[in-house]
Amino acid sequence: MRSFKSIQFNQEKIVFAIAVVMFVIFSVTLKGFLTSGNVVTLVQSVSILGVLGIGMALTIIGRGIDLSMVATMVISVAWVLSLANHGLALPLAILYGLGLSLAVGLINGILIAFIEIPAIFATLAMGTVVYGFGHAALVESDVIFLPKAIPWFKAIGGSSVAGIPSPVLWFAIFAVLAFLFLRVTRPGRFIYGMGDNPQAARIVGIPARPMMVLQYVISSLIGFAAGVVTATLVDSMNTRVAASTLVYDVILVVAIGGVGLSGGKGSIRNVIVGTLLIGILLNGMTILDMPYTFQNIVKSVILLIAIVTDSILNPRDEQTSQQGDI
Amino acid sequence: MNIRKYVLAGAAIGLIGMAGAAYADHVDDGQWAATAKDMKDKTVAYMPFSMGFDLAQGWAAAMQHSADKWGYKLVIQDPNWNTSAGVQALGQLIAQKPDVLVVQPPDPQSYAKLIKKALDDGIRVVQINMESVTRGDAYVGSDWYDVASTEMDLVEKACGKAAGKNGKIALIPGIPTNPGQMIGTQAINDKLKQYPDLQVVATQAAEYDPTKAHDVVLTILKQYPDLCGIPGTWDGQDVGTAAAIKEAGKTGQVYLVTSGGGRQAAACDYVANGGYSAYVSYDGKGQGRDLVNATERLLQAGSDKAGTHPFGLYSPLKIITKETMTTGSCWTLEDIKANGS
Repeated sequence: MRSFKSIQFNQEKIVFAIAVVMFVIFSVTLKGFLTSGNVVTLVQSVSILGVLGIGMALTIIGRGIDLSMVATMVISVAWVLSLANHGLALPLAILYGLGLSLAVGLINGILIAFIEIPAIFATLAMGTVVYGFGHAALVESDVIFLPKAIPWFKAIGGSSVAGIPSPVLWFAIFAVLAFLFLRVTRPGRFIYGMGDNPQAARIVGIPARPMMVLQYVISSLIGFAAGVVTATLVDSMNTRVAASTLVYDVILVVAIGGVGLSGGKGSIRNVIVGTLLIGILLNGMTILDMPYTFQNIVKSVILLIAIVTDSILNPRDEQTSQQGDI
Repeated sequence: MNIRKYVLAGAAIGLIGMAGAAYADHVDDGQWAATAKDMKDKTVAYMPFSMGFDLAQGWAAAMQHSADKWGYKLVIQDPNWNTSAGVQALGQLIAQKPDVLVVQPPDPQSYAKLIKKALDDGIRVVQINMESVTRGDAYVGSDWYDVASTEMDLVEKACGKAAGKNGKIALIPGIPTNPGQMIGTQAINDKLKQYPDLQVVATQAAEYDPTKAHDVVLTILKQYPDLCGIPGTWDGQDVGTAAAIKEAGKTGQVYLVTSGGGRQAAACDYVANGGYSAYVSYDGKGQGRDLVNATERLLQAGSDKAGTHPFGLYSPLKIITKETMTTGSCWTLEDIKANGS
């Protein structure tokens, strides 16, 4: 009895187990799944989702959420490309884009930390503002193409080192940086404190409001970075992605891996596990040549199974549920 | 000093007045004066499905050029890909009673009733690039069946038995249930019956998103390293397909055809750098000209009841390859803005 109890099932482990099981099943049944080339492709196809997931996880752990992340990403990067296409020096254009995403992060942070608008509403509205303003004033088209013949820029997302594509490397770099930030640095620990109990965090002297602003600035900048990698990978920026379900996919990757939406719980490892599960699923279904609508059904059913299993194994009670839980 | 200023100003006004008079006294060849009179001070309403893509901007620039020339007013509405916003905006436009309404329906059904109402109210209707079930006065735009058929013909030529290739192709549709896409799928299926040497090894939707196209194509290329061809969907999506082919080191080996409006940066630049093996262009600039012609024709329709003599102007397709490409194969928005279509 005791030995059974000592095995703690939690969502991360369940999702990891599902991922492993699916990986094994696909490896055995699908010809060409378990080749080094395909496994690299598998990770690459979810790397950008993973990078966005890391930024989102930082805000969710701190008891927030950033729904404007994708809109900021597409508009700031599309603006960079547009400026460069109209003749501005690319490094300067990148500075402009960086400045824009920094400003959006700052405004988000101030709205949430100082004016005390709930994060979900502030960033939802901000996403629409950024997209609308961007289309009205900054970029002329839905799809902006990469400026021609700038090899160093193209190399950011469209190159590989020792056979590993650069988006995978960026995912790894951001994962390590975010891991160190959360585990080792003082602000990182503060984010957990604030996420777990914001009132207590303030009482013990954590500068809660400036820390919240920092959180949104970081998520916004990570969004910009993910956008630059995307644009240089596929030679263009499709701003219509802002109106797609991408932002919810990002939240899904974070939540499915076991980062509690109520804040204070989870780590970068959860994001990696969630991202890999989605990657295995997408890759396997593509190889199976499953029809589009059927893929959507399978994706949602597997996600539901993970969540249901978690609530059966870890039922909610007064101790585990928190106020503000979504 | 002041008097001199007034005199100068008076002289300037006089000159402008003379210029105006000269315009009114344009040499009439028997047709010009009637044409100009029919169009002056009329209103044309233009509502594409979104102003965010190159074609819609090209069409707008072409019509603006004509409006400036003949002195009619151009009103533009942008529903930004949103069908319900489009229905609402279309209702408002009809209430303003323009003389001609130029509209791009998102599908055959959504605008059908409103287009009927517009015709009943005496507004002449031009539909562009998608025909609603209610026929208006004119249809200007692509024959989607023809576009997809042409792509399949090109792929067969490059990958079929006659070329000594294996015939393995992958299909990357946008959203399978999209009306334009469904017409294309119909064409592809018909062509597959005609070309039994082509074999579809994978069909994966990419939702018109270059990133999705990139990811699925990369996976497919790992599975089928001997893939021969991809009949693409739309340049905005297939820029990702081209990136994936390049990344897999298969540029030139995989024959990629895509289609689109033929804007320089989206079409010819990619044919030149080898990203697309061929590009089927429905020529946005030519469509702009057709649109302007249809609109000008309807402004001069006199007392004809709206919708009585409907006609279609289907865009001739241009196949652009490295070999056939010339400086005039593609267009730029700046050119249409400056010189019309």
